[in-house]
Amino acid sequence: MAIRVGLLIALLALAIAFPQVFTNPAVTNYGVFAMIFVTAASAWNIFSGNSGYISLGNAVFFGSGAYALGLMAKGWNVQGATVFDLLPLVGLIGAGIAVIFGLIALHVRRHTFIVITIAVFFIFQLMAFNFSFTGGSSGLNSPFLTWQPVPYNQNFYYIALGFAAVTVAVAALVRRSRFGLQLRAIRDDEDRASGLGVKTMRVKLTALVITGSITAMIGGVWFYYINQVQPQTGFDPLWDLQIVLMAFLGGYGSVSGPVLGALIIEPGSLWLNTQPQFSGGYLSEILLGLIFLFVVLVMPRGIIPTGGEWIKRLRTRGRPAVVPAAVTEKVGVAVAAVGGTPPLQPPAKDGGQ
Amino acid sequence: MGRELYQAIADGILVGGVYALMAVGLTLIFGVLDIINIAQGVLVILGAYLSYSIYGHLHIDMFVGLAITIPVMFIIGVVIHWAFIRRLRGTERTSMTLLVTYAVALIIEGILYKIYGANQVQINEPSINGTNASIHVLGFYLGYIYIYGFILAIVLVAAIYLLLYRTKFGRSVRAIMQDETAARLIGIEVNRVAAVTFGIGVAVTAAGGIAFGATNAFNANSGYDLISRLLAIIILGGLGSVGGALAASIFMITLESVVSIWQPTWAIAVFYAALILVLLFRPEGLFGKKAVRAQ
Repeated sequence: MAIRVGLLIALLALAIAFPQVFTNPAVTNYGVFAMIFVTAASAWNIFSGNSGYISLGNAVFFGSGAYALGLMAKGWNVQGATVFDLLPLVGLIGAGIAVIFGLIALHVRRHTFIVITIAVFFIFQLMAFNFSFTGGSSGLNSPFLTWQPVPYNQNFYYIALGFAAVTVAVAALVRRSRFGLQLRAIRDDEDRASGLGVKTMRVKLTALVITGSITAMIGGVWFYYINQVQPQTGFDPLWDLQIVLMAFLGGYGSVSGPVLGALIIEPGSLWLNTQPQFSGGYLSEILLGLIFLFVVLVMPRGIIPTGGEWIKRLRTRGRPAVVPAAVTEKVGVAVAAVGGTPPLQPPAKDGGQ
Repeated sequence: MGRELYQAIADGILVGGVYALMAVGLTLIFGVLDIINIAQGVLVILGAYLSYSIYGHLHIDMFVGLAITIPVMFIIGVVIHWAFIRRLRGTERTSMTLLVTYAVALIIEGILYKIYGANQVQINEPSINGTNASIHVLGFYLGYIYIYGFILAIVLVAAIYLLLYRTKFGRSVRAIMQDETAARLIGIEVNRVAAVTFGIGVAVTAAGGIAFGATNAFNANSGYDLISRLLAIIILGGLGSVGGALAASIFMITLESVVSIWQPTWAIAVFYAALILVLLFRPEGLFGKKAVRAQ
């Protein structure tokens, strides 16, 4: 435990020091995007990772957050950095959308739920294209912030880092709480959970609201960072897929998994896009697909759980690390009675996801 | 106004027939394998590009070209099943298969971009989909391509229907749809039937691709629009229900076609809104899964 806390503090210190060490805006740019995606992937994981309801429509919150902040800043003529005071309001809007989204989509499960999230996503993209106040296909531009290039990226880095840290903390709290337990009970067997007294709809909706408000706020930050949003960038089907891939690559359902996945994929894909031989987009698309196939087929549980297993296997050299309690007891008694060494157990099957 | 409305309904039914064909493939795959093939949309585009190339380079009549494209798409389907789908087992299979087929879609899309570029193309054969290639029936102008596409769809759906309800293979398919474990126990080779079903489900995209590619300009990116419509259709019809997919595609496409008389930009939103409305009252879709068994 103490080691874990120390490690976390060290990681946070590293993250805080990062833009001080690498002051080049081109490098901090990677950091900003990485933090935005750490936030988005962790937020996705709070609802989808815990409840098992895979959402392919989180860009609904992301894009809505971007548009909401842009419209508010334009409508109320907000100048300069005070615009970030509006972020809680954006979060509220995200929460409101999540409630409506959830009341519609959470009645159905499995495949149907996923398809409904895609359908809602396309409705939102279409609205962004067709309404006049969203600026149609040319989208919205943000008022310029009067920051110089060097602190510009740094400031955004710290804002995004703050969101990432809070989101990971929320994810950890959810995971340890009774609420998180209820969510995972829904993932394992929703009917039984409901039979045992879990108010399934309320629990799912609460989780979706948390996810929706965080995603909307980080969408607002993203919009101000890149100064513009168009329907196809704010509501981007590939964006949806990317955060899901991040969560799966790192370890779907765990707290650290989406963070690791985002830290690997986002800087990687940003870097690929700067390489001339990858320009045009199709190669990075093929690559994204290939990584996806690799993850799902070779380590379907993600880096963190699978890696943990490999380390455990290495440390115990093939012997089971933990002998199930019931077995130990019996064997222990038997061994004590006979006075011999315990026989080898079959490898313990991990009961986790 | 009335004329426009009837024309829109006629168009909707004809185009709906083509969507029905693609949706039947998708819902068959779901019924047997319990997965949703997200790649179906981009496979239709692949089929369209195949026909485009065959027609453009070899100058084979596009409907004759089906003799090449249907087997090719069938093999692609079997290979996808063999390489990826077959290997997925376990509790998270639902989400995993979705992600795998999404990944396959991305890869195919990327390859199509690489080969054909981002410019939109269309299969053009003036005698079939030119501006004057239409027939005047009962006051309607119906393009030949829509009529041919509709006939092709009917023939293929009828063939699938016969295959399902009149052959031994079809009986095993239906048995697996009802209860996979029981089917396995009575000696049905589930994996082989599943592979062939996946192949058939993908093969129909060759025909769908011709009809789509001759009536729309398309590029590698067009698959998203298609798959989201197809998904809405099979969910509305009830997952795994062949009859439901037929009814839902005619209904949805006609609805879209009618709405677009007044509101061309919002027609697709009405399409999804209809899906959401239906699901609020009937989460299992219009025909549910029981419709397959009852037939």
